[in-house]
Amino acid sequence: MRTLSAYVHIPFCASRCGYCDFNTYTAAELQRDGTSITAATYPDRVVSEINWLRNDKREDDRALSTVFFGGGTPTLIDAKELVRILQALKNEYGFTDDIEVTTEANPDSVTRQDLEILRTGGFTRISFGHQSSAANVLALLERTHRPGKTWEAISDARSAGFEHVSVDLIYGSPGETDADLAETLDQVSVADVDHVSAYSLIVEPGTRLAARVARGEIPNPSDDVAAHRYELIETRLRSLGLTWYEVSNWAKPGGECRHNIAYWRNQDWLGIGPGAHAHSAGTRSWNLKHPAAWAARVDEGVSATADLEVLELSDIKHEDIMLGLRLREGLSLSVLGESGLTQAELAVGEGLLDPESFKAGKAVLTFQGRLLADGLVARLWG
Amino acid sequence: MSKAINPPSPGATDPKIIRNFCIIAHIDHGKSTLADRMLQITGIVDPRHMRAQYLDRMDIERERGITIKSQAVRLPFVADDNETYVLNLIDTPGHVDFTYEVSRSLAACEGAILLVDAAQGIEAQTLANLYLALENNLTIIPVLNKIDLPAAQPEKYAAEIAHIIGCDPESVLKVSAKTGLGVEELLNEVVKQVPAPVGDPEAPARALIFDSVYDTYRGVVTYVRVIDGRIPERDRIKMMSTGETHETLEVGVISPDPVSSKAIGVGEVGYLITGVKDVRQSRVGDTVTLAAKPAQESLGGYRDPVPMVFSGLYPLDGSDYPELREALDKLKLNDAALVYEPETSVALGFGFRCGFLGLLHLEIVRERLEREFNLDLISTAPNVVYRVVMEDGKEIIVTNPSEFPGGKIAEVHEPMVRSTILTPSEFVGSIMELCQTRRGNLLGMDYLSEDRVEMRYTLPLAEIVFDFFDQLKSKTRGYASLDYEPTGEQSADLVKVDILLHGDPVDAFSAIVHRDKAYNYGVAMAAKLKDLIPRQQFEVPIQAAIGARVIARETIRAIRKDVLAKCYGGDISRKRKLLEKQKEGKKRMKMVGRVEVPQEAFIAALSTDDNAAKAKAK
Repeated sequence: MRTLSAYVHIPFCASRCGYCDFNTYTAAELQRDGTSITAATYPDRVVSEINWLRNDKREDDRALSTVFFGGGTPTLIDAKELVRILQALKNEYGFTDDIEVTTEANPDSVTRQDLEILRTGGFTRISFGHQSSAANVLALLERTHRPGKTWEAISDARSAGFEHVSVDLIYGSPGETDADLAETLDQVSVADVDHVSAYSLIVEPGTRLAARVARGEIPNPSDDVAAHRYELIETRLRSLGLTWYEVSNWAKPGGECRHNIAYWRNQDWLGIGPGAHAHSAGTRSWNLKHPAAWAARVDEGVSATADLEVLELSDIKHEDIMLGLRLREGLSLSVLGESGLTQAELAVGEGLLDPESFKAGKAVLTFQGRLLADGLVARLWG
Repeated sequence: MSKAINPPSPGATDPKIIRNFCIIAHIDHGKSTLADRMLQITGIVDPRHMRAQYLDRMDIERERGITIKSQAVRLPFVADDNETYVLNLIDTPGHVDFTYEVSRSLAACEGAILLVDAAQGIEAQTLANLYLALENNLTIIPVLNKIDLPAAQPEKYAAEIAHIIGCDPESVLKVSAKTGLGVEELLNEVVKQVPAPVGDPEAPARALIFDSVYDTYRGVVTYVRVIDGRIPERDRIKMMSTGETHETLEVGVISPDPVSSKAIGVGEVGYLITGVKDVRQSRVGDTVTLAAKPAQESLGGYRDPVPMVFSGLYPLDGSDYPELREALDKLKLNDAALVYEPETSVALGFGFRCGFLGLLHLEIVRERLEREFNLDLISTAPNVVYRVVMEDGKEIIVTNPSEFPGGKIAEVHEPMVRSTILTPSEFVGSIMELCQTRRGNLLGMDYLSEDRVEMRYTLPLAEIVFDFFDQLKSKTRGYASLDYEPTGEQSADLVKVDILLHGDPVDAFSAIVHRDKAYNYGVAMAAKLKDLIPRQQFEVPIQAAIGARVIARETIRAIRKDVLAKCYGGDISRKRKLLEKQKEGKKRMKMVGRVEVPQEAFIAALSTDDNAAKAKAK
């Protein structure tokens, strides 16, 4: 039986960061697009969509085991409103006893009072987008927060009673030095976090960053540098007792993000809000992307789904391999076909898969394998 | 002038009223346009049916504005003296690769129009063909075309032509093929100046084959010039080079569509169809006689076409191999010079090693394969034929670098060409420098006019095959022109350079080069491949080696990271599709040992597109 999770998308940001291609909008952009959707009018629509989704599938009696508020910047919405949305989910679906509720937060846009409201309202986990402590890197990323703000916010979150606190890092930005990263990790090491996500900077098409790279103002991030930085991160975090459980995620024991794991294990989840993706037993669907288009559907009381994809058996197998291989718990070799298994065996010889786990029937990435996982996925598909 | 009312019938035309002539011109100097105008003026093409470059049959010819195969058209013409004449215009190919075909077309004529662009002056190929025409004792009628152009310099170029052929500049005719200005006068000059054919109508028949074309419906159509006697329909003819006999199912003339007749007579130009299916059975340069009463002696000058340049042709998609074979088999029916045999390459799979008359011939064949047969092809860098003599006296003919023997080599012989370069005098220095680096030997130079020079060099053909045109064009801002003809061979210090990828030789990249240039080739190729081959999980050395001796080395460092950080917002499909697309790309990779090489890398490294471009630019 698959577990059920919910992802709630909050498509607002105070400003757009140069590297970001997420489905998010500034107030000015929304105004320019001629929509009445704002951070203030948004929560009602979200609640409506939750009600609609529940009515659409009355027969599904699974309680939610994780909820994740992502963005955009969820904390641009009033904390009480976030709690109201969470409450709507609880009313409609019910929560399992060990419910995990995460919100992403910008260190700038959350006060101690907000954190208390969130915690009291049922949020258990908070993830701060810190990215880097180096001013030059933050400038390149066009991040607005003051680096020191993250650590205050983390301390406030702990005071408010959050059980799990995470920081997001971005590494490998052009101009970042080993020393810049070391400084960031130094600060992480004294912060009270039980989880770190670290992503290498990807230049996504259509972003301001991509345009600057194309104009030659900024060099393309180098994979070699990123690999080296990943090594620095792994070493440092391990020494802090944070262990990798997914290619880009490290946690202290019990600090793993169960919502993320649900994705990697290919569980079911609801997608709520514009552009949100959902998965239900082999069908993937996604909502209309623009908040105005999405809201119009919600207001009409019809599905906000833009399109869906019913996965073929081969797609499911591909996804199981692609997702499962990223986890430290690994991928059962029984998922692989004959040629995939041959490739897995070769990959053990190449140092990409752990030999002990392989003997035990699992494909588990070695350190080197974690950096070369995408190529290996394609090989294991057979 | 008026259209001929009752033109003389083929097979019953007095040789005295026949004029057989051709047009010698450089590409773009307006030969086809002039031919079009002649068709119109003589009234044999209805104006409603007129289209540009009427005589060029193949699409490629019309698009590139060049004529690959010659053809003959019979033009009845009422001259100024009010007599009706029969003008046979024999169209000649205009490119260096087809010198032999040109020479046979010339041999079918008594006169030639030397057509020169009044804005550009004479070009090297034209000059070479002019010399051929003079050797054949043809009457030359010099003509400047495009005199309507603002850039035309008729006086200057008339003087130049007069200097070359030794005539009075005043006698150079000035026409505009585009507007038709002066074309009728030109036809009258042809009547006046070109001698009528002289042959013995009673002697055993002898006809020169100057072209041979395969037609899907009719089989091979053979174009002949009757020298002696006559060739009737429904008679047995004999090919004098092979002794093969065939029946003439049809004979006739082209005017400008085929018109069959009872016979073609002495001095006439026409076609014959025997039902043979392969142009090799009816070869250009051969003599046709009648089986019942054969001539004793052939007209002479017959020569088998000799492929000078070889290249491997491979289908991009390996499963197209049978289609490629079929396509070559079909092209061969119409191309007596094309030779090919199956070849296997580690890098490129199954393909064919093909022999061509030259680079343009190669490019034309390749383009026809791609266009008419819808094939995507890779062609390996073209190379010439080497004759390798071993110390034990054994001789090996090498048409593919991979056949170059190891072991004790006594001598390597390479084909040489005698080349003519025409250039504005300011570039003489740069050309000398270029030819020197290409192992050229200056034979002599002449000033055609104050500022134009004819330079004569012997050069190894291999040097010309390797981007010589490009260099010549760029060093002379496009002003120089080149022509060459084979002139034997020389022995040279030639070595084979192999390219090794992770220790495995890649056959497609081996090249035979002069020892002095081996290092440059190795360094350049290794650097090129380093840029083209994606990083692998392990370090990949690229080496260039002569035998066991490594002369250049590059290293592709191992890839360290390919993983994308995250699946944003649960968009799993996007990531899956991205990886699936990458995997599709991998399928097109070729394995060289353990190294995955994208097809594109081979294509880019082997690209003969430069050659194509320069062949077109010529």
